[in-house]
Amino acid sequence: MNGHRTGIEGGLALKISRLLAATVAAGVMLLAGCANETPSAPATSAAGVTGNVTVFAASSLTEAFKKIGTEFAAANPGAKVTFNFAGSSALATQINQGAPADVFASAAPANMKTVTDAGNAEGTPAVFVKNQLVIAVPKGNPKGIKGLSDLTKPGLKVALCAEQVPCGAAAKKALDAAKVTLTPVTLEQDVKQALSKVSLGEVDAALVYRTDAKVPTANVDGIEFPESAGAINDYPIVVLKNAPNKTAAQAFLAYVQSDKGLAVLTTAGFQKP
Amino acid sequence: MTSDTSIGTASRRVRSRRHGRSRIPLALLIPAVIGLAFLVMPLAGLLIRTPWATLPQRLAEPGILTALGLSLQTATLATVLCILFGVPLAWLLARAEFPGRRLVRALVTVPLVLPPVVGGVALLLVFGRRGLIGSWLDATFGITLPFTTAGVVLAEAFVAMPFLVIAVEGALRGADSRYEEAAATLGATRWATFTRVTLPLVAPGIAAGAVLCWARALGEFGATITFAGNFPGRTQTMPLAVYLALETDLQAAIVLSLILLTVSVAILAALRDKWIASP
Amino acid sequence: MSASPASALDAHIKVGLGGFDLDINLTVAAGQVVALLGPNGAGKTTALRALAGLRPLSGGHIRLQGDTLDDPDGNVFTPPEKRPIGVVFQDYLLFPHLSALDNVAFGPRRHGMAKAEARALAARWLDRMGLAEFVGRKPRHLSGGQAQRVALARALAVNPALLLLDEPLAALDARTRVDTRAELHHHLHDHPGATLIVTHDPLDAMMLADHLVVIEDGAIVQQGDAQTVTARPRTDYIARLVGLNLYQGTATATAVALPGGFILTTAQTHSGQVFVAFPPAAVSLHQNRPEGSPRNTWQATITGVHRHGDNLRIQLGGPLTTAADITPAAAAQLHLTPGQQIWAAVKATETHAYPAE
Repeated sequence: MNGHRTGIEGGLALKISRLLAATVAAGVMLLAGCANETPSAPATSAAGVTGNVTVFAASSLTEAFKKIGTEFAAANPGAKVTFNFAGSSALATQINQGAPADVFASAAPANMKTVTDAGNAEGTPAVFVKNQLVIAVPKGNPKGIKGLSDLTKPGLKVALCAEQVPCGAAAKKALDAAKVTLTPVTLEQDVKQALSKVSLGEVDAALVYRTDAKVPTANVDGIEFPESAGAINDYPIVVLKNAPNKTAAQAFLAYVQSDKGLAVLTTAGFQKP
Repeated sequence: MTSDTSIGTASRRVRSRRHGRSRIPLALLIPAVIGLAFLVMPLAGLLIRTPWATLPQRLAEPGILTALGLSLQTATLATVLCILFGVPLAWLLARAEFPGRRLVRALVTVPLVLPPVVGGVALLLVFGRRGLIGSWLDATFGITLPFTTAGVVLAEAFVAMPFLVIAVEGALRGADSRYEEAAATLGATRWATFTRVTLPLVAPGIAAGAVLCWARALGEFGATITFAGNFPGRTQTMPLAVYLALETDLQAAIVLSLILLTVSVAILAALRDKWIASP
Repeated sequence: MSASPASALDAHIKVGLGGFDLDINLTVAAGQVVALLGPNGAGKTTALRALAGLRPLSGGHIRLQGDTLDDPDGNVFTPPEKRPIGVVFQDYLLFPHLSALDNVAFGPRRHGMAKAEARALAARWLDRMGLAEFVGRKPRHLSGGQAQRVALARALAVNPALLLLDEPLAALDARTRVDTRAELHHHLHDHPGATLIVTHDPLDAMMLADHLVVIEDGAIVQQGDAQTVTARPRTDYIARLVGLNLYQGTATATAVALPGGFILTTAQTHSGQVFVAFPPAAVSLHQNRPEGSPRNTWQATITGVHRHGDNLRIQLGGPLTTAADITPAAAAQLHLTPGQQIWAAVKATETHAYPAE
């Protein structure tokens, strides 16, 4: 792109320059937002935050974000948060097809990249939490599983996520790191499906995020294993370029990254970035 | 019989008439065209976005053919299962008097309204390792259905069976039950009447129901992935492959969808000429 | 138990219907053709279905060749497929998916005959019906008359002890009907078993049957051979069917007092309950009161005017409900319109009076 401007590249350049302009504008707005709403002084100073914020968030964020949404709305009377929880890739597709969202919180940088590459993000995404894998086993751990190598025991049924989804990619990384080869009975489409197979007792173990295993209704135990450190998942968040309610979106993003927001997230099992 | 013939000749007459087309009322034509467009546009959308250049090389990927083969095989087996059990069930609903028949008919449609994923969970609760029947199957015969190809067939049959039952029941209700009486006066037992008279009479209805059933089974996703899981070569059918492809590669997903569409449309068109058109 | 071959069918059919009960006795001898005649809704088809075992009896019995097929009180019921009865249904109900040959072979096959044998038998039956060239046709490619004959062949191919025909000619157009009726008569005559025809058409009944049984509202109102029934109708229904005006009253010599008080003069002398019948053509209409020979005259109101063959049939109200047939010329002269008052006259010699018992 260095100087060689064909017609096509010219168009592209135009797009990029527009994107830059938008990014600069967003940066200015972000600065302004930060000036107004530092995490240490939330809520009261956000008197201007009204209307609806639509947040597209990875399904692993469901419980924590719902709680944050309630708190945010309580702190900002007149503001309301609407969530769309789904797999990160589905959300990214929806956003790129023009879904009217204000904020996107992804469970993996790859899906976030899809959105930023398409020029639909405002500013640079920030990693707000990390998540790591645990072995989910039925409550009480009837098969006595202590680590990844136990998963290769004969007759043991294991569910993994498909490699195409973040939890599957992380699982592969962890298994590779541990030099464990195992044949799962199923490659699930998302982490909640993998978890539910354990909850229902259809499999003896599944590799899921620590946060998922902590959900009380899942009724599973999470077994930590050292190799998961090599497969930590970053959760980026960003305000979207076509956000209908940018002010509120910035405020919500700030709230998520505030101490209060992070407290909710860490209680749910996420790690601080 | 006579009325059939007269309808046949009447429609032939209309078709042969030059001005037949102008007689279609606009009040029907406009919504019909909108309806058709609504159904066809998404297909057009897929076709427009298809990366034709890479199509052959995508087709050559072994995983795709495996998934396609598995899809065709399981959908066909599920349809056979639905015919074996669904036709007698439809007969019961259409011909037999028993208390609670209306309730039974309502129950038959449950898989239609149940979100397929919930259907899959429900199947796990019955046929799963800890399920009502599944635990017994496991303990007695060592058979487990989840995560097996048999499980895929079961999940597909579960969601597709109502289509067959409803179509066949409708055909049975539409068929004149007096033919069955005529058969009885000629010495036919109830079973002979069913096989020699009733079944041939409703054959077009069964064929139509089987086609619907097969198409539904072929596109089945939610119940399959929930009950049978997703494992290439064993339980990963085309819809599952499409969904996972969607996670990373939209174009691959489009190609897979297109293959599934083409194959199913080709098979249905071939069958239609044989079965549905001529009763 | 009437096991004599003289009465192949001995039935007392009792079936509860919506408004009334069907309750009739029927006997049909082997080789005899009996017509069950009656208006729509009289219970004819119900009787046929009960005989075929398609509808259970609520009482009475059905015996065929000495075997009890039905006896609700004795808890006996023979399902239709076990009865030696053949049925020709009103719209034939030929199996649409089978050829004419396979339709006819269907019964013999179900009775255990080998396929080739059954088809040979069916071919012989169709040949007898003059349908040899139509054996391979599906019912939808047969004409009404052909379908009727296939249906007859199908019913006869199981060699039934009792053959039931439900309105066998009703589905045919007028022309086909005449030909088919003659043929049907021929085939029924050849049938060695008993035959019962259900019909609302008196012409079919009279031409096809040896014996008529007339039912109305579930009960037998008259029976006998065609001549007796038509000559001396005992109900309005039969009188209308055979085209007669019919009245019942009390006779004193030649005067018959009708329930409304009107007195009809007849030629014959009777006493007690009698029927008086005269054809519509015997009624003459006049603008003014007619004079002359001994006749019945009364003032009537025109309630309807219809075409009836070459003539006009005038429906009259007033002291007598009467039908009168007059020529169009006479009608034009009288300027007949409904509601009009007119004088009606019938000569005593044109009336026919007979005891009502």
